[in-house]
Amino acid sequence: MTPQLAIFFVLAAIAVIGALSLILQRHPIHSALSLIVVMIALAGLYLLMGSEFVAAVQIIVYGGAIMVLFVFVIMLLNAGVEERTNVSKLAGIAGIPLAVALLGFLAAAIARSNETAQAGFQSGGLANTKDISTMLFKDFVYPFELTSFLILVAILGAIVLAQRENS
Amino acid sequence: MISFLTSFLAAHATIIIYLVKIALLLFIVLTVNAYLTWFERKVVAHMQSRWGPHRVGPHGLLQPAADGLKFLLKEDPTPAGVDKFTYFLAPLMALALALTSIAIIPFGPEPLHIFGRDITLGIADLNIGILALFAITALSVYGVALAGWSSNSKYPLLGGLRSSAQMVSYELALTMSVVGVLLLAGSFNLRDIINAQAHHPERGILGWNIWPQILGFICFFVAAVAETNRVPFDLPEAESELVAGFHTEYASFKFAMFFIAEYTSMITVSCLCTIMFFGGWLSPFPASWTFTYYLPSVILIPAGLWVIWDGIRYETIFGRLVLPGIGTVLTVIGIALAVPQLQFVNAFIQGPFWLLAKIFVFLFVYVWMRGTLPRFRYDQLMSFGWKLLLPLSIANVVITAFAMLIWGPR
Repeated sequence: MTPQLAIFFVLAAIAVIGALSLILQRHPIHSALSLIVVMIALAGLYLLMGSEFVAAVQIIVYGGAIMVLFVFVIMLLNAGVEERTNVSKLAGIAGIPLAVALLGFLAAAIARSNETAQAGFQSGGLANTKDISTMLFKDFVYPFELTSFLILVAILGAIVLAQRENS
Repeated sequence: MISFLTSFLAAHATIIIYLVKIALLLFIVLTVNAYLTWFERKVVAHMQSRWGPHRVGPHGLLQPAADGLKFLLKEDPTPAGVDKFTYFLAPLMALALALTSIAIIPFGPEPLHIFGRDITLGIADLNIGILALFAITALSVYGVALAGWSSNSKYPLLGGLRSSAQMVSYELALTMSVVGVLLLAGSFNLRDIINAQAHHPERGILGWNIWPQILGFICFFVAAVAETNRVPFDLPEAESELVAGFHTEYASFKFAMFFIAEYTSMITVSCLCTIMFFGGWLSPFPASWTFTYYLPSVILIPAGLWVIWDGIRYETIFGRLVLPGIGTVLTVIGIALAVPQLQFVNAFIQGPFWLLAKIFVFLFVYVWMRGTLPRFRYDQLMSFGWKLLLPLSIANVVITAFAMLIWGPR
């Protein structure tokens, strides 16, 4: 086992345990903390693939900005421990088979595309800063600008919703 | 036995060098932290016509040691009803992240040659250096926010809420204000950013980023002070409103961890200001002025002599012994640096000397602000961050980009 593969398994284990803890924790803040662990483990995986820029942005945007907002809202609302209700019948009957089916599909897909997964794992400087910016600001500049326009509309919508009524 | 030891050292040299460097840097940073508290108390005291600490050791020089001992020995109660896990995690996170960020700072241009190996000054030379620092900054919000929340008490909760709102708001301006520097350097690496300011060695101070990026520097420094929760942005721990803010319920060493984290991030911010806007280890004088190489001696010898002169007249016998000792050491180092046979040491010391001198200036500015500026009101803080700082830093990006488009990269 190469050191890279060993690090991959450690990070993957951390991500999976974090995700499980996210679902199983009963306090919203603990769930949010677990999600941060998942984000950071993912950043570590990106780093392992040689895309440092994506790893750093993953931590800055997801680990930092977005999750801080989550934590902030939970703190502001002072959300307490969530109550456990009996799982609804529908979730038991439909949910578990569907989840198993999804897992099977994903496993089959990953098993079939073994070579591409290996290639992605090995590839080095594919995703460095310059390549990403060339892609964003040259090749895909119109979709990129369109997305930012969409986000702007969402921000305006949030402001309109949050604004106090003028009396 | 000895042959085994040498072979072991040779086989694992890279790892051992890194471990030694990390241990050394931690030791230096923690010591500097301790004396930064002494320096801050002394300077603020003199600004307010007081003496500051002067009981423990000559001129209060042993006060940090006494404080450290007190932090270790005090009772450490855990308040009832706290969220145990998060309550213990928060100070750990704050300290670990603050100390990690120091690892990315390069401290000198030339590697040190010892035992046939090149040892660079600085631990991690990342090619995403500045982004990695921002990633650490982004995570360091949690230390404060979680401490406030987990304490199960109203003032810490208010402090935690304030801090997360404040840090999220100022992080945007902080990140945007650096983009100008990155455009000029064309790299995220801190060494590259410094080297980009050294294109014209004859210009000295005029070649630094502070001149084209003065707007960016102002935005960066203000936002960075807000990120470190220092005066005038110390709302998360405002004593007169929130008792002690987010760390009200922390005592003993857990409080000390927040304390060390705050001072360490002050040092990091000073390092970053120096590296990105003030030329890092570059000398402010043109490269042809070789006589400026003697400046470390010119500063050290009079400082050492002054400490000796001050020491022999000190009240206590302990002071009369220790202060002249320190003075003698300083003077001897100063003289040694001026000796022609030791010029290779002097040449090596130039880079770190200028870097540390500039960092010291920024640390003084931090203390100076604490001594003179009143705290912002909360609504002022928010409107300042969003309505002034963020547009200014975006304007800086646009101006820099256009300037580079017209005149081309340097």
